[in-house]
Order: sequence, then C-alpha cells, then structure tokens
Amino acid sequence: MTAPRFRLTDSTLRDGSHAVAHQFTEDQVRTVVAALDAAGVPVIEVSHGDGLGGSSFNYGFSHTNEMQLLRVAVQTARQARIAVLMLPGIGVKDDLRRACDVGASVARIATHCTEADISEQHIGLAKDLGMEAVGFLMMAHMIEPDALLEQARLMESYGADCVYVVDSAGAMTIDDARRRMAALKNGLTSQVGLHAHNNLSLAVANSLAALEEGADQIDGCTTGLGAGAGNNPTEIFIAACERTGIETGIDPLRVMDAAQDAVRPIRPDQGVIDRDGLLLGYAGVYGSFLLHAKRAAGRYGVDTKDILLELGRRRVVGGQEDMIIDVAVELARAKAAADDRADRDEDRGKEGAGEPR
Amino acid sequence: MDKTRCAIVGSGNIATDLLYKLRRSHHLDVGAVIGIDPDSDGLRRARELGVEATAEGVDWLVERADEFTILFEATSARVHRDNAPRYQSAGLQAVDLTPARVGPPVVPPVNLGVHHGAPNVNLITCGGQATVPIVHAVASVARVPYAEIVSTVASRSAGPGTRQNIDEFTKTTSTSLVELGGAEHGKAIIVLNPAEPPILMRNTVFCALADGYDEEAVTRSIRAMVDAVSTYVPGYRLKSDPVFEADVFGTPGGVVSARVVVLLEVEGAGDYLPRFAGNLDIMTASAVRVGEDLARARQEALA
Repeated sequence: MTAPRFRLTDSTLRDGSHAVAHQFTEDQVRTVVAALDAAGVPVIEVSHGDGLGGSSFNYGFSHTNEMQLLRVAVQTARQARIAVLMLPGIGVKDDLRRACDVGASVARIATHCTEADISEQHIGLAKDLGMEAVGFLMMAHMIEPDALLEQARLMESYGADCVYVVDSAGAMTIDDARRRMAALKNGLTSQVGLHAHNNLSLAVANSLAALEEGADQIDGCTTGLGAGAGNNPTEIFIAACERTGIETGIDPLRVMDAAQDAVRPIRPDQGVIDRDGLLLGYAGVYGSFLLHAKRAAGRYGVDTKDILLELGRRRVVGGQEDMIIDVAVELARAKAAADDRADRDEDRGKEGAGEPR
Repeated sequence: MDKTRCAIVGSGNIATDLLYKLRRSHHLDVGAVIGIDPDSDGLRRARELGVEATAEGVDWLVERADEFTILFEATSARVHRDNAPRYQSAGLQAVDLTPARVGPPVVPPVNLGVHHGAPNVNLITCGGQATVPIVHAVASVARVPYAEIVSTVASRSAGPGTRQNIDEFTKTTSTSLVELGGAEHGKAIIVLNPAEPPILMRNTVFCALADGYDEEAVTRSIRAMVDAVSTYVPGYRLKSDPVFEADVFGTPGGVVSARVVVLLEVEGAGDYLPRFAGNLDIMTASAVRVGEDLARARQEALA
C-alpha cells in the first residue's frame, strides 16, 4: 500500500460539539472514537467546540467536563492520536498542560487570521510539552493570501509543525481556498492544512483543491457534524479521494459505517443546508454563531436571518458570541419602536387625522 | 490645598496619555516623566509641556525621592517587579498600571478606600477595571454563584505586552471577579477584533443569579455603578438596559435558572491615545482617580 497523500484529522468530537450545544457524553465519545479508530483515522480531535476552557455562558456550558471526554478518547483509541484545540484568550496554558497529562498529543492553537502573535506562548508550550503543534488561522476568508502567509510565518516561527487555513465561515469559493493554500504551501517550510465548512456546499471541493495545491493535512467531521451547516464530511471526502485516486490510509467503507452507525444517530438531520446555514457562508459569519443566534432570535422575538446579516455587517470575529445578544437586543428595540409608530399611526387613522407622513 | 507631587515612570503611549490627564488634576502635580530612551517621543512631549523629562531611569527618581510622593508605573510587569522594592525603601507610594500585582488590586468604586496606606497598589487589567465594578454591583444585591466577562478590544489597541501575556490577562481578570467583584467563581475571556475603522472597547458581563434576586434592585445597582465609574471614565456607558435571561445554566458555581447580561462600551477621552482605545483610557483614567484618592488621603492624614 502506498503512503497516504495527506493526514486527516477528524474533528467530529470538537467542531461537532457546536452542533450539539456542547452536550457530548462519555458514551458518545467512546462510540465515535472506536469507530473512527477502527476505520484508520489517524488523528481525532476532542474539546469543547470553542477549544479547551470554552465551557462558559458565552459559548455554552459543557455537559461533561472535556478532560473526562479526553480521557475516554485516549483510552479508547488504539492507533489514533488525540488532538485538542485551544484559543488563546479563552483557554489558558494550564488547560493545555492538563490535556497533555491526560494523553492528548496534538495541540491546535487557533487565533483570528490577523492575530497570530497571541499564539506564541501557547505554541511554545505545546512544543515544550513534546506535543505536535498546529497553528489554526480562523476566518481566513477575511484577508488576502499574502497577508495570511505573513501570519502563518509567525506561527511557523513560534514552532508550529503545521499551519491551517481555516474557513470558519464556510465562505470560501474553490478559488479562495486554492489561492490561500498555494500561498502557504509556497511560503512555508512547515506543513499546511485546510479546515473547511460546508455552508456553500463546497467543503469537499475545497478540500480536494487544497490537496492539489499540496496540502499536508485536511480536516473532516464525520457526517459533517460541526458548526454552521457543518464541515467537510469525512466519509464523503474519503470516498471522493478514493474515486480521484488519492491514497488516504482510511478504509472508505468502514468510515461510512462510522458515519451511519456511530455519528448519524447523534444528529439525524446533519447535512441539510438550510437558509440560516447558507447565510453564514453568504455573509461570512463565524459558523459557531448559528445555534446561539437561533436561541437569541427566539428569546427576543426577532429573525435569525437579520441577526446573522447584521453580524456579517459588523465584521465580528470568532469568540464574539456576546455580540449576538447585543444585536438581538438592538433589533428587538428597533422592532418595538416600529410597532409603536405603527400603533400611533393606526390610532391617528381612527381619529381621522389622516395627515400625510 | 497644595497639590501632591508625583512622577510617571515610563515614556510610552500609556505614560503619555496619563501625563495629559494628570495635568488636569486638581490634586496631583506631575514633577517628572522618567524614561530610559533619550529619543523617546514621550519624553519629548513631556518637555514640550514644560515637565521635567529624564532618560536616566529609576536611579534618577530614587536619588530625588524626597521631592516626590506618588509615582505611576507605566512600564512592564517585569520592570515594575524590579523597581517596586526600591520605591518602597525610598518611601514612594506606587500606582502600578502593569500586570505585576506587587500590591493589592484596586478598582476605585469597589475597594480603593481600604488600601489608602498601601505602599503599592495595582490596577489589574483594563478588563478588570471595566467589569469588576459591575460584578460587584450585582453581588452587593444578589448572590452571584458565577460571573463571566468578555472583553473585546480593537487589535490596534492591543500592544505587544498584552499579546504575549494574554494568559496572564485572562487569569488575573478572572481572579479579580471573585476577589473584588464578589462572585463565587469567575471566568474572563479576551477577544481581539481587527475591524477597520477600529471598534470601541466592548465588555459583556454575565452574572449567574441565584433564586430570589430582585430584578429592579439589580438594575438599580448596576446603573448606579455605571454612573460612579463614568465620573472618572467619561466614555464608560451601558449599550442597553441590563437584560435578564431565564434558562437552565450549568455554571461552575452550580445550576442557576437566570442570568443578567450587561453590555458595556468604553470610548476613550482621546487625550493622547485614539478614542477607540477605551481599554487603555480606562487604565490611565483609573490611575488618575487612584492617585488623587491616595493624595487626598495623605493630606487628610496630615491635616
């Protein structure tokens, strides 16, 4: 068997955490890790959706402590390595130390695409702990390839073994993904990777394009279970690679089984791109905002669509979930004021004032 | 009443903004700005304003300690840790704007009165200055099992010190939500936003509310606190009325069925730093308030 052309990291148990409002249980982690491990998936990521330390009011509290979920994952995996995500500013170095103690061996350190320099101490710590360090440049659609490369070089200089282009909003066209991947591949000596979302139904296509540009690592989530309309669906991507003649090192049929039997039951309707999911990609909004925006829409009697579009206009970045409440409160206030005006106009109409407005 | 003589140690952006603010003070008189780089813009500006400026560092200040009463440290945590013992043995009272935490943390409307006699007081972080008052306001009228804050600042207002020490920022701020704010557990999050034009500093404070709280009392307390902070940070304001949300929240302080969310904005005064940098303005404005209060306390003690 020839060596795989790239390394797949399955993030079902991290990015998928968003899709289940961070309610993963030990049993689910055990079942999913066992199935992916048996299919030959080499790296499995497990963390709160917003990374280590993400359990909070702002991002949602975890059902089960992530260190406990990590422990189950490490104990279940026979060949796969376990990865964690952390966002400086949300998680702290002690979280990373604890994850390493539990047995995680890949540390993915994520920043907004223009803020790579806040990752220096965390990438450094990961290396000191003997972990593989991966830099994760989120919302990478927001800046041009050359600017992204500058940020990637910073992460490389801190010791990152690989730097990812992360399409957190699922807003990249094939050309967008290709140009960013090519810039990093040509400008770095470290490995490069792509993390794609499916809001524009392009996650598989973008991941295949990234491989054509020389990507060393690709992310997937089984059934696509992840933020927004979901991620690059691992089982579909692996099947597409096989059909393209790209060696993956993963058993396509067993990973399909993992999707159908282990992951699909967690969220049977995963894979549907509804209007709200599509809007994330269209307006360039951070995918994890989706469920929070739906909840705020219900709470304040406004439309999810209006919240998402306003967030896009404000150019909010990952981590600013609190702005969803801000926007919802403002929209509700504007709506109340408009209703008020309408009532007054109606009253005036009854009185027969009928003045032109 | 005579003004109290003070010195600013540091000649960067924060030090210069502080100088501009201190020159308006009725209680403090800036006698010197002390740097280490003779070519620094901050020292040049101080001279232009007729304030003595030296590049001879802390040695210069310690030799003239009897001419000064209070000093403001606007260098870095490392430098302040080295300097602090020298200030203390020279009898200088230090207001520390770095995250060194040599002295007790202070937030003016919360605990400043307790530390009038301390040789060294610390201003925590910008996030702490912006959010601890609100947590304290809620915790003084309700039980707060858990408080969480999110501070979002414009990328351009976050200097290398903040960027390389983002962990310390989150940890120090978290601790202050409990120690000074009065929450039983705390968490702080910081986010940098690169949007152009730059955003104003934003802070969101979430307080878990134990059953039996009085919504009106909580709102009143928050409003009074915002008024108190805005007396010394004029650009500190509520974005909307506090919102109360009912749900089941499994916080680190236990399961609660409600939270209050307070959305705040801080616009800088634009003295030297740009207006969007409310995160820096709240530090220099708080430093002035702390310095004035220490000076007043000294004069009252002498009177």
